[in-house]
Amino acid sequence: MQKKVIGIGAAAIGKEDDVLISYALGSCVGICLYDPVAKIGGMVHILLPDSKLIPDKPDVYRYADTGITALCTKMQIKGAVRSRMYAKVAGGACMFASEISTNIGKRNVNAVRQILQKLAIPIKGEDVEKNYGRSIWFYCSDGLVKVKSARNINIEI
Amino acid sequence: MLKNYSDLNAPARDALQEIGNIGTGNALTALSSMIHQTIHLQTPAVRIVPYQDAQELLGGAQTVKVGILIETSGDMNGIFMFLLNETFTRQLLEGVLGKSTIDLREPDEMSQSAICEIGNIMCCSYINAIASMTGMQIHVSVPSSCTDMAGSLLSVPMIHFAQMGDELLFIENCFRINACDFVSHVLFLPELSSIEHLLERLGVS
Repeated sequence: MQKKVIGIGAAAIGKEDDVLISYALGSCVGICLYDPVAKIGGMVHILLPDSKLIPDKPDVYRYADTGITALCTKMQIKGAVRSRMYAKVAGGACMFASEISTNIGKRNVNAVRQILQKLAIPIKGEDVEKNYGRSIWFYCSDGLVKVKSARNINIEI
Repeated sequence: MLKNYSDLNAPARDALQEIGNIGTGNALTALSSMIHQTIHLQTPAVRIVPYQDAQELLGGAQTVKVGILIETSGDMNGIFMFLLNETFTRQLLEGVLGKSTIDLREPDEMSQSAICEIGNIMCCSYINAIASMTGMQIHVSVPSSCTDMAGSLLSVPMIHFAQMGDELLFIENCFRINACDFVSHVLFLPELSSIEHLLERLGVS
């Protein structure tokens, strides 16, 4: 078993009993893609909705659009099949009341939903928005995602 | 033109260090009188650090901190974020409100506004330091606060300045009240054009 911690604007793929982890998602969103037959999972930790916002920063995994697409492609190379995949999504909070006008968290979540719909990957579970941070553990053995927050709100999606 | 905080040369870094020193000094005076106790301070450390390292310097992404966010505009566009530990914040609130049982993660309205006021005082201490050294006109927004994991709090300035690179200006203050040591952090993220403007005024560009 391998534990892989995925930092902000990064992604990783795991299989069988690997665990993929993202700590302290704030307005960022953690997207977990899973092929239950191949038991291949992938996680990406995005911070912005649209790669076109910042054209001179080409890191694909920072953005919902390019990040999810790139992760999906990478998983297919490893043997996952897109038509079997489902997604679980966490994060996209609005941490400070003063950010409500820009609410980047909500924009991130909306962008993620749109991209997943375009890729025809159904969302099987989500814990998004609200006003607190989340850490997530994604188990590649069965696709379970555990979500923990600093407010002692612990759920499984 | 500056592209990254790490492009700042030694005199520019010294100038920022000096602003950090003066600002922290001002903040200390204000806080001491607010809680009617003497606060001792070591020389603040001013660093330019990558975002991922900032998390580690705060004790890890999942360490809970009290964050206060303030935006500045006028001659200086940017964000200030204060990160205080929970014990230190409780001690300050005890001094201000006279009560000690405060749930910082879901504070009542009174505590919430007291936390924001502490942030406001601290922010203005740094702003005043900059304004008095440079004559710049700087406006500050109404502060808002949130107690949560350091990594989640840091994602806010990180996203705000995503186009500017992955570094933060990080001021670490070590306080001592009643033989207890506390560490607080100030993240200062002016837009690079504002920093250039600031350094010009200080004659170190």
